Amino acid sequence: MIYLDNSATTKPKKEVLETFLKVNEQYYANPASLHQLGNEAEDLLEKARLQIKRHLQMDNIIFTSGGTESNNLALAGTAAAYRHRGRHIITASTEHPSVLNTLEKLEQQGFEVTKLPVDANGQIHLDDLQNSLRNDTILVSLMHVNNEIGTVHPIAAIARMLKNSRTFFHVDAVQSVGKLPFDKTAMPDLLTISAHKIHGLKGSGALAFNGVKPNAIQQGGGQEFGLRSGTVSVPHAAALARALRMTEENPLHSQWNKELRTFFTSCKDVKVVSPAAGAPHILSIAIKGLKGEIVVSGLQKEGVIVSTSSACSSKSRDTSHVIEAIGVPNEYKDGVIRISFGAFTTEQDIMEMKKAFEQVYRLIKGV
Amino acid sequence: MKTTQVLVRYGELSTKGRNRNSFIGRLRDNIRQTFSDLENLHIKSERDRMFITAADEKDMEQVINRLPNVFGIQSFSPVTESGLSIEEMKNTAMSIVGKMDTAGKTFKVSVKRANKNFPHEKPEIMHEVGSHVLRNFPELSVQMKKPDIELKVEIREKAAYMMAEVIQGAAGLPVGAGGKALLMLSGGIDSPVAGYHMLKRGVRLELIHFFSPPFTNDRAKEKVFDLAEKLSQFGSSIKLHVIPFTKLQQEVHKQVPDNMTMTSTRRMMMRIADEVLKETNSKAIITGESLGQVASQTLESLQAINAVTTTPILRPLIALDKLDIIGTAQKIDTYDISIRPYEDCCTIFTPANPKTKPKLDKVEYYENFVSFDEMIQEAVDQREIIQFPRVKENTFEDLL
Repeated sequence: MIYLDNSATTKPKKEVLETFLKVNEQYYANPASLHQLGNEAEDLLEKARLQIKRHLQMDNIIFTSGGTESNNLALAGTAAAYRHRGRHIITASTEHPSVLNTLEKLEQQGFEVTKLPVDANGQIHLDDLQNSLRNDTILVSLMHVNNEIGTVHPIAAIARMLKNSRTFFHVDAVQSVGKLPFDKTAMPDLLTISAHKIHGLKGSGALAFNGVKPNAIQQGGGQEFGLRSGTVSVPHAAALARALRMTEENPLHSQWNKELRTFFTSCKDVKVVSPAAGAPHILSIAIKGLKGEIVVSGLQKEGVIVSTSSACSSKSRDTSHVIEAIGVPNEYKDGVIRISFGAFTTEQDIMEMKKAFEQVYRLIKGV
Repeated sequence: MKTTQVLVRYGELSTKGRNRNSFIGRLRDNIRQTFSDLENLHIKSERDRMFITAADEKDMEQVINRLPNVFGIQSFSPVTESGLSIEEMKNTAMSIVGKMDTAGKTFKVSVKRANKNFPHEKPEIMHEVGSHVLRNFPELSVQMKKPDIELKVEIREKAAYMMAEVIQGAAGLPVGAGGKALLMLSGGIDSPVAGYHMLKRGVRLELIHFFSPPFTNDRAKEKVFDLAEKLSQFGSSIKLHVIPFTKLQQEVHKQVPDNMTMTSTRRMMMRIADEVLKETNSKAIITGESLGQVASQTLESLQAINAVTTTPILRPLIALDKLDIIGTAQKIDTYDISIRPYEDCCTIFTPANPKTKPKLDKVEYYENFVSFDEMIQEAVDQREIIQFPRVKENTFEDLL
């Protein structure tokens, strides 16, 4: 089986699982407890936090249940904390549902949301962003790497643009952390990361932030500096720290991306959807006049696992909002599939993938 | 051009007559201890100054950052090594002066030409280097007598050594030069500050802490550990003696009327401290008491508590205001640790109305019914001794 759906989720690394298990066995105490076991657990938790802080070069880290919760906390929490300052928020039309739907809810509460359009590459235009900024804009939220097509937003440039303004900048970096380099001299004010996209565990993520303090959105015992109540999972925190550190050893995917791009461009009726300057680990293509799920199941028979656009929207019948937004031609729209690489992907996998695709393609076109 | 050396000027010890050599030796040991993590640190001590040479510029940065914590140093100056040509010396001068505040300052260059083979004479070097700096920093004016900035150039065989910046040291005396004393460390704001003042006078510390499990918990102990760690950052390692105090405290409560338990508890602490003092060869007991702060710190209380021993009890904070003490605590970085909200053994059994003017004869009368000697010896014997700085904390390297 060749797993090429790493943008949906990744297989946890053995070392990460080892950490999770060991911490559960040895440091299972509640880190808020006053006894010695609690102290040790807290010590470990803080070491994990420090390691992630250093890795990301951010001042604060809150452990959460994953990307969706981090995005909710970043948006709803910051909106609540700074609503006296203004009620305007800017985002892009191609964001993840955890951003778009949270913002929709905020709209119902009286916030105004500007959704920037994107071009055929999935890029927003910096002029559009600049023109949309107002005196009452409190937050700009953009993803670093688009989960469906791999578009990379110039977050360092935007961070610099917003640096001396009263507008905070949130970046959903779920698809980019551990995969793309960050300009550590121009980090955003809030950063969402998730463990299971970097060979960590599902149900685990973090929100990093500098110079901004969101309000808590869930009530309870005031853990995580009052920002995220609920007993902190030390095993998840430690596993996340380890997974993030281990991303430094991951292979680079640019070469394979280029190879596959050339390969697909040479196939008739196949269109590469991902922009040329996109993230190396995501490659979306579309096949004319076909449903993507047919190709997905065809490839699965050949032992290759890929997905239609994104895992989150692949179960709904409608075309994904990202595919709509970048204006994929009608006859290609339903035939989008996404191939995404991970740390375990090998050269061999890419070759097999090509072979399998040729097989499936011939079969389908023969019909 | 590189900076791998500092010149250290001694503090008060320059005036210490015949003890001078032992003071200098002590200072050298303390500097070694402070930088034990740096390899190949070379220390050369002379009669009125000391040179520290580090392996590279990165180590030197550590030295410059941490040297202001070492007592017994008046000031120090980073020394930059320059190639033996006027051109290189000009560049080095620029980089040295460039780091300093030059606005409205007076300036001069002085030259020591130990290498007589150097082809340029002294006045020529002074003129060349000085005018180069002045051209680039027009805000400087020349003054030969007591200038604000004196750029010193020393020409030797292989290189020229140049310096100008003067960084203030911690002053005081080298820790250990004044013998050893036992500090009663509660976990509050005052006692670490008292310890700091004595360290500055060259006194080496042993620490004693009274621990009353289960009434005080591990976090309270952790807090005291963190304070001890901070106090061990001033050039000398420190031992902490943790005394199990629960049994004694409970006994005092059984025997002594409520409003006098506080006085009596303190007397017990003092007696235990006196025993530890003998075992550790310390010469005095240090407390963080400040007159009038709380019931136990009135003159009457001090008298009643002091009566158990003839050992000198040093109270460096006795006449200081609380705000000044807090200021020092913040400066030495112990304040945030001290205000962590965990109970210590003094707060848990505090009576509602402790006597502010306890009578010594009454306290002695009530204590008379039990022999506390045995319990005191037991507490001393069962003490836990921890060395600071702690060897190594768990980094969880295998897990993270």
